[in-house]
Amino acid sequence: MTAYLLRRIVSGLVTLVVASIVVFSVLEVIPGDPARLMLGMNATDDAVQALRVQMGLDQGFLIRYFHWTGGLLTLDFGKSYTYSVPVGELIAERVTVSLPLALIALALSTAIAIPVGVFAAARRGKPADTISMAVAQVGVAIPNFWFALLLVYLFAVWLQLVPAGGFPGWQAGIGPALKALILPAIALALPQAAILARVSRSALIEVLGEDFIRMARAKGLSRNAALWRHALRNAMLPVLTILGLQFAFLLAGTVIIENVFYLPGVGRLVVQAINQRDLIVVESVVMLLVASVILINLLVDMAYAVVDPRLRTRA
Amino acid sequence: MSLLEIENLKLDIGGTPILKGIELKIEAGEIMGLVGESGSGKSMTALSVMRLLPEFAALSGRIGFNGLDLVKASEEDMCALRGDDIGMVFQEPMTALNPLKTIGEQVAEGIRLHTGANRTDAEGQARVMLQRVGLPPEKFALSRYPHELSGGQRQRVVIAIACALKPKLLIADEPTTALDVVLQAQILDLLRELVNENRMGMLLISHDLAVATEMADRITILRGGEVMETGDTAQTLSAQVRPYTRQLTQASLHVPERHKRVSATTSSSNESKPPLLSVKNVTKDYPGRRASLFEKPQTFRAVDNVSFTLGEGRSVALVGRSGCGKSTLARVILALEKSTSGSVAFRGEVVTGRDEAALRSARRDMQVVFQDPYGSFNPRRTVEWLVAEPLHLLDKKPGKAERRELIEHALHEVGLQPSDMHKYPHEFSGGQRQRISIARAIITRPKLVVADEPVSALDVSIRAQILDLFAHLNQKLGVAYIFITHDLTVARAITDEVMVMHEGRIVETGKTEEVLSHPQSDAARMLVEAAPDLHLALAKKMQEQG
Amino acid sequence: MSETATHRERGFLREAFANRSFATGTIITTLIVAMALLSFFWTPYDVTKLVVADRMLPPSWDHILGTDQFGRDVLSMIMVGARNSIAVALVAVGIGMGIGVPLGCWAAAKGGYIDDALMRANDVVFAFPALLSAIMITAVFGPGAINAIIAIGIFNIPVFARVARAGALSIRPREFVLAARAAGKGPMLITIEHILPNITTLLLVQGTIQFALGILAEASLSYLGLGAQPPMPSWGRMLFDAQTRMVVAPHLAIAPGMAIVFTVLGLNLIGDGLADLLDPKLRRRR
Repeated sequence: MTAYLLRRIVSGLVTLVVASIVVFSVLEVIPGDPARLMLGMNATDDAVQALRVQMGLDQGFLIRYFHWTGGLLTLDFGKSYTYSVPVGELIAERVTVSLPLALIALALSTAIAIPVGVFAAARRGKPADTISMAVAQVGVAIPNFWFALLLVYLFAVWLQLVPAGGFPGWQAGIGPALKALILPAIALALPQAAILARVSRSALIEVLGEDFIRMARAKGLSRNAALWRHALRNAMLPVLTILGLQFAFLLAGTVIIENVFYLPGVGRLVVQAINQRDLIVVESVVMLLVASVILINLLVDMAYAVVDPRLRTRA
Repeated sequence: MSLLEIENLKLDIGGTPILKGIELKIEAGEIMGLVGESGSGKSMTALSVMRLLPEFAALSGRIGFNGLDLVKASEEDMCALRGDDIGMVFQEPMTALNPLKTIGEQVAEGIRLHTGANRTDAEGQARVMLQRVGLPPEKFALSRYPHELSGGQRQRVVIAIACALKPKLLIADEPTTALDVVLQAQILDLLRELVNENRMGMLLISHDLAVATEMADRITILRGGEVMETGDTAQTLSAQVRPYTRQLTQASLHVPERHKRVSATTSSSNESKPPLLSVKNVTKDYPGRRASLFEKPQTFRAVDNVSFTLGEGRSVALVGRSGCGKSTLARVILALEKSTSGSVAFRGEVVTGRDEAALRSARRDMQVVFQDPYGSFNPRRTVEWLVAEPLHLLDKKPGKAERRELIEHALHEVGLQPSDMHKYPHEFSGGQRQRISIARAIITRPKLVVADEPVSALDVSIRAQILDLFAHLNQKLGVAYIFITHDLTVARAITDEVMVMHEGRIVETGKTEEVLSHPQSDAARMLVEAAPDLHLALAKKMQEQG
Repeated sequence: MSETATHRERGFLREAFANRSFATGTIITTLIVAMALLSFFWTPYDVTKLVVADRMLPPSWDHILGTDQFGRDVLSMIMVGARNSIAVALVAVGIGMGIGVPLGCWAAAKGGYIDDALMRANDVVFAFPALLSAIMITAVFGPGAINAIIAIGIFNIPVFARVARAGALSIRPREFVLAARAAGKGPMLITIEHILPNITTLLLVQGTIQFALGILAEASLSYLGLGAQPPMPSWGRMLFDAQTRMVVAPHLAIAPGMAIVFTVLGLNLIGDGLADLLDPKLRRRR
């Protein structure tokens, strides 16, 4: 098992290094002159030159790359051009919004999807299955930002239960802060839940067709007992994979949802930074998100090893 | 009253009649063999008794067991019976166990469910049961997972689960079909002992008449969902009152007529000519898994220093247990796999290590027939295209008319019609597909055909026809064969010589008849003893049952 | 392979339309595509003409879906916007398939280091949340439909490479491939003659899924102002414009959203139907 995890960790690190090269190339090499890109075509040559020196663009690519990655490792992300504050501080502040949002959404989506998937699979072909899967089918097709608009219209504009957007900050207290996050979390979670419910259902149905389920029934287990005791844990393996993938989707989702709800999170930061051409912020945030995707994948691999004994002994 | 009484059992699945009035009785302590070809309704009969049929199955008639009519029994009653009074063993041991649960949990589960025993007691009983089926706890701890066991060991676990509560009736659906002959013999012995110890009734389902004859006291022959004949095994199979019984028995015993070929003797007298095929010190290693990140991966030696020669027009069998390296050797000979060391020469020319272009002429004269009549064809191509595929090897591409003639001729040779060439593979039965496979192999008039288990997926009556076809082509075209088979009856029926393979090595070679009747090596002796033989089994049953 | 699986040779279309998902999905998708095509020749109103007097009219007989903040007819904009959505998503799928499938087949055929390297490269792309990277790319190269296509297309490549590789690996050990090798056919010919025809359905299923995801991604990008630029109407942009006018003109937010949902739903239903036909074991009774 340690060899398995070690291999996963090494491959995660390799991916991270390659990803950093890609990010660096896309944002600093391909544009030709990042300083010019950041300042726009109307900037004076002096201003561009000054920024070049500030960003260290007068040095070669390799030196800049190692300088940048070295900074990342020591959590020194550099200084934001537009905000004139260290990027690290900027991100740390924004993460307190985005991370809770993503986690609430993930928890919500899992809590809804897996029971629905199990329920539908157990009643396969019956009206309850058909209806819940038809709803899920439509749910998959709904863009989350449109769903967010509808939620805002229904709960904020019409019923006036929650604010339409903005974030009071955690210092305003847990209650108001959560109230501001609840609609964004639902908007993020439900379309994801639709996907997850479909995956859980089909995974479970596939497992229910396996020989060992028939064997369990031949032992005297009822249909339901066989489902709970033998099918569920096996069906969770593909569901775990999808959960890992969904985290990446949720991260991307927060980018757009935070913009719908005017939440001061990492996603809104990156979109603003892109509009203001603040490349230092963009590359730091992208690397952060990539690193968290890789970390989540690693966690999924570890969860696999816990659930599946075949991985544990496969040295 | 009998233990199990099936009366006028009818089964319909989605409007298709599957069983048409089955009658069957099993007494306590009796083994009933249920035989028939694929699609005869054997497995469905078993699943009807278990009431584990697919959805939309309509069952009628009566299944009397323990004073209950199982056709009408409630689901609760069935749950109470399954695993307690009726145990079942399935065909595929590799998938019959839950991969995420330990074998201890899986054996104990049924015990706890039916007896209400606590975990410790149930595990104690499970330990005893596993010991009984040949998995002693000191070597096979309850905490083992299925993937840590081999196929034969897993089948023992399945048997332990089925017999844990000493059921009155044990249903075994092709319990040894997925295992090799040696394991088959061991598992059959175990089943017979368990039946005797506990005076169980047993319904043994098999497509193999020899297995059923060896095991069963009485036998029921099914065909198309109907009982053809039922009675004492020896009596039924020797008298062969019903035409179908006769047909089935004859097909199982069938040996194609073969005349000693003249060329076979001439080629051996003509010493100066190089042999058709000469294999020298061939070894094939596969990279194994790494034990850890820093160690060198261990290699697995599939073929170990194999040498032999094959003369023109000769027919040789390559036999051995599953995993002994037969198929790998075949692929090395066909230049589909690279050997690690050693060389293969075809008509005196070395083919190992040559590139595809240099192999063309050798490939033309060396073709292959595979086991699976379903997997052997690209389902998206017509027979015409498929049979013509090796023509790719001809240096001069044949014209349209000539190509057509070649295809028609090859199809004719294997007993198919020219009109068949426009059909797709799925429009043919398994036996016909194997004919197409052979047509493809002979279209370039090869000197050697390697056949990898060519008849083991076929029903006995079809198998007899395909063996005849192979024998016929051997005589007519003078093609030499390498027959890879685990089935000694096939080897005996069609080959001149036999090579016994064991753990990558050839351990014995000789005339087929001699090796199979007087095996010298341990590996060969084990194979011969384990192989089910209808002649012997029938003779033995005749003595027992008078 | 079971009898039913090989049966798909004959009357594939007839069997496909007997599948309710496939039939419904095809009807919906055909309607949307027809609407997009029709917009080249006719729309109820000219979408480039601003009629300030008719601003934000609710739905009526003159304007079935109402008008927007510039007095443009919403139905006409939806029709023209369909062109943009479909074109972006379709070309992005084309890029993904055109590059990903050959790469995947190549990796499967070669194995070893080439396979490892390609799959590792895939992992790297997968580590980027796709939408985020699309945002990054459009940020560097500037917003617009073409850059949106490239951004979405790039992230389709590893998806198709993975599916094609997995499919090819499952076909390669089949006996008919060995027989073809015994008939002297090289890896290229085997891929074209044996592997591709047998993974077509698999690729089509993935194609419809990626097409649907492409529609969603394009809408998200235009919503953020990074997709097609005004005055070219696009569904995402329409939703962005509707957001600030939610209180006065809620109808503006309904139509573009429904258009996206129907298109994605239609494509997903086709994909589901195809997957059902592909894998009879999982065939769901609806």
